[in-house]
Amino acid sequence: MSALLEQVLQVGFFAAAVRLAVPLMLGALGEVFAQRSGVMNLGIEGIMLLASMAGFTVAFFSGSLWLAVIAAAVTGLVLGLVMAFLCVLLGLDQTVAGIGVTMTASGLAYFSYRLIFGEGSIPPAVEPFRTVPIPGLSSIPLIGPVFFNQFALTYIAFMLVPLAAWILYRTPAGLALRTTGENPYAAASAGISVGWTRTRALMIGGTMAGLAGAYLNLAAFSSFSFGIVSGRGWICLALVALGRWNPWLVAAAALLFGAVDALQLRLQTSGAIDVPYQLMLMLPYVATLIAMILSSRNAHAPAALMMPYRSEER
Amino acid sequence: MHISFERRYESSVGFNLMLPLAAVIASLVLCSGLILLGGANPLSAYTIIAKTAFGGRFAITETLAKAAPMILTGLAAAIAFRARFWNIGGEGQLLLGAMAAAYVGALATLPAFSLIPLMIVLGAAGGALGAMLPAFLKARFKVDDVVSTLMLNFIILYVMLALLSGPWKDTATGWPDSPDILRAAEFPNLLRGTRLHLGVLIAGIASLGAWFLVRRTTLGFSIDAVGENPRAAHHAGHNVARVTMITAAISGAMAGLAGVGEVAGIQFQVMGSISPGYGYAGLVVAMLARLNPLGVVPAAIFLAAITAGADEMSRQTGVPVFLADVIQGVTLIAMLIALMFSTHRLRLGLSRKQTA
Repeated sequence: MSALLEQVLQVGFFAAAVRLAVPLMLGALGEVFAQRSGVMNLGIEGIMLLASMAGFTVAFFSGSLWLAVIAAAVTGLVLGLVMAFLCVLLGLDQTVAGIGVTMTASGLAYFSYRLIFGEGSIPPAVEPFRTVPIPGLSSIPLIGPVFFNQFALTYIAFMLVPLAAWILYRTPAGLALRTTGENPYAAASAGISVGWTRTRALMIGGTMAGLAGAYLNLAAFSSFSFGIVSGRGWICLALVALGRWNPWLVAAAALLFGAVDALQLRLQTSGAIDVPYQLMLMLPYVATLIAMILSSRNAHAPAALMMPYRSEER
Repeated sequence: MHISFERRYESSVGFNLMLPLAAVIASLVLCSGLILLGGANPLSAYTIIAKTAFGGRFAITETLAKAAPMILTGLAAAIAFRARFWNIGGEGQLLLGAMAAAYVGALATLPAFSLIPLMIVLGAAGGALGAMLPAFLKARFKVDDVVSTLMLNFIILYVMLALLSGPWKDTATGWPDSPDILRAAEFPNLLRGTRLHLGVLIAGIASLGAWFLVRRTTLGFSIDAVGENPRAAHHAGHNVARVTMITAAISGAMAGLAGVGEVAGIQFQVMGSISPGYGYAGLVVAMLARLNPLGVVPAAIFLAAITAGADEMSRQTGVPVFLADVIQGVTLIAMLIALMFSTHRLRLGLSRKQTA
């Protein structure tokens, strides 16, 4: 037990927890928008993967990491629009459509990676983002290195939390979005375009999933691999429920899961506990399952979540 | 302009049979763009796939052997989806069946004749338990079944990998694969010189059995009632939680049997790559079959042909083998869109005023 504590009570551990929380935070915040508008975006897993692949390709050939981030965000946006086409315009079943988008996007990521980079034994790599210490703040003991010596994308992710909360709770657009997710018919009779509101929400969700994908291989890791997302998108879905569809709580949940991820990485490399490393890799998924059991009883999902809306049918 | 969809209350049988075909064709046409990108001629690429999958007796038996696990995972998804239990966990349940079969099949202490029946029963039971856990969590704690079954896929995979690199590691070679099952535990072949094993027959029987269950039994009726509207089913006297649990057990057992077939009929051991995503392919199979247990068979043969032929196609043309994955995903989406046309009519109009 003391060996375990020794691993955890280190500045490096907390910094790693924050670093690994960011992709979850970005993806889950985007998913909050989608779900609050009434659409469960199960395409998120595939969106993160294809965006990650797109970002990596752009970074590899242009050498510009920020151009890569934009490419990943645009890829996410386009896939968000695909989800909107299927689930909003056509009103298809959100579960199956989302899985279809994930399968297609993942397949496209594998296909294009092999097409562009071939089957070389050494995976191509890019020079990833470096941390940007914030002058002054980064020298505060403990808090400084944990929060203020991170990647620029990390700061952006943290700033998106209050922004998301402000949009959802303090703007007319946010009110329209939440109404659409609770009662689309009431929203429609108040003059809100349900279709457009949900489409916008999916565009935001897709873009943020794209950013999460970019972060994975431009900041957290430096090369693309087929397993780079490996369920992080699905974990985002659980985080949204765990954080009760509230951006602040969702961000907190993401930090908690970043810590779980950091813990399993640390235990794997330190060898402090004599357990096969595969069981360490399992930890985030087990934690997700437990979190879902603990949270889902009193969770209040948006009432119209998963319900397609067609103005002609009531 | 205004696009809307109007409910369609009747559609002809021929129209309904055409839908999966239309989805498959649409998907192949769309994916031919990728083949062009890969620098090959789509027609010749598809011809290679078809020839590899169906050219000759041996090729056909290989495709059928590949279809068997997809028939079973397809049935697993179809039965579960009928009750609106979103079992995306076919992959994990398949692995549970495979692990159970590999464990029992290597037990020299058991009488030889009991090995195959025990592998089948315990493999099915393993898969069933793997699906009943998320069904229980759904019924008791309202845990979302989509995410819980997906999480279990990862958890079960890592448990298996830990077993393979620990207790099951091959001590002679150091490879992470389980000990070979005994000769007496291997499924007999239906045709000499092929890999058309007992598991293919089991898949066929399972499909007929599932059809009988769905169409001819009260349980099948309850499953559909719960899927149609759980609240109405409850008021009509169906025990929704119980029906969901039984559905999950049957669904998981089917996926477990897929794992048994791979161990007992093809690989004779468990290794990390025992399933190249058969569980996820089952979702596509089920949707293509419109959740009809008999339709699952041709749907699985189609996907098996694509996966069986993609390797050869890639070798000959240089188009990445992952074309098969894209075809799978696009087919799923195309089928979902096609299904909508069986219940809705597309209306293009200039006026917003319409009545249902």
